[in-house]
Amino acid sequence: MTGWLLVLGVGLVTVVLKGAGPLLLGGRRLPRAAEAVLALLAPALLAALLITQTLTSDGAIVLDARAAGVAAAAIALVLRAPLLAAVLVAAAVTALLRALGA
Amino acid sequence: MDQVEATGRAGARTAVPLGVAVALFGVAFGVLALEAGLTPAAAVAMSATTFAGSAQLASVAVVDAGGGLAAAISAAALLNSRYLPMGVSVAPVAWGGPVARLLGAQLMIDESWALAHTRDGLAWSRLLGAGALLYLAWVLGTAMGVLAGQALADPAALGLDAAFPALFLGLLWPWLRHRRTAAVATLAGGLALALTPVLPTGLPLLAAGGVALLGLLGARR
Repeated sequence: MTGWLLVLGVGLVTVVLKGAGPLLLGGRRLPRAAEAVLALLAPALLAALLITQTLTSDGAIVLDARAAGVAAAAIALVLRAPLLAAVLVAAAVTALLRALGA
Repeated sequence: MDQVEATGRAGARTAVPLGVAVALFGVAFGVLALEAGLTPAAAVAMSATTFAGSAQLASVAVVDAGGGLAAAISAAALLNSRYLPMGVSVAPVAWGGPVARLLGAQLMIDESWALAHTRDGLAWSRLLGAGALLYLAWVLGTAMGVLAGQALADPAALGLDAAFPALFLGLLWPWLRHRRTAAVATLAGGLALALTPVLPTGLPLLAAGGVALLGLLGARR
């Protein structure tokens, strides 16, 4: 049951990461170098997720309707659209291109 | 009403507008989790036990793309590692016994952590109040998304596979405004793309996380 193991694994990891500071490290600070690396992990991973989910499929680089959808979402975000509106734009553009046979 | 309760309520009130956004993100997560093959119960349970949107979405996206359990959990761990320094930063103002502090810390997400900061400094009760409201919004939103997702016929025809990366783009957006984090994001994205044809699913993601080591260069200066 991959789904429930995923729920368990992600849940445990998160409880530890969120709780470690308030529970164990009260008052102390992390080394500066560690803080500098941790601060960059989120943008690095989000970018990697964005690119692989947009431009790859089954281990190959592909350019399909998803890329157009995500590009449309980027335009929506530049125009200060809220996050969910940008997501809906991406899905709608992708669905439309697929319906047109792209 | 004592001071702590008043501050907690104030935190919850200021979180209401964000609660709407969090609930809508929850809807999106619920729909996408089903698409990735989670059962409705597992999707809601994940929101109730993890309460970290981007990490949940990342782990589900890795599974959806055919990556293994270990890769999915690692991706979530790396994304959530930012909660370590955030937790350390609130540690001095956290009160209560160990169990209360551990449970309270689970209400910490980017938004409740940010709302806990006021001109008077950092308030643990504001974090708890804002976090509790956002937690309810997140779990209820996920439940609504799961209900909506079960009614959808063909996710690919609706372009839902483009909704995953669009959400990641939206989450990444604030970081793209700063030159340093934008450069890290560009490098990490390029590296993940280049490695995808040569490494098993999930590993390019972890390699891209390694780009964060560039932070060591800045720290020494």
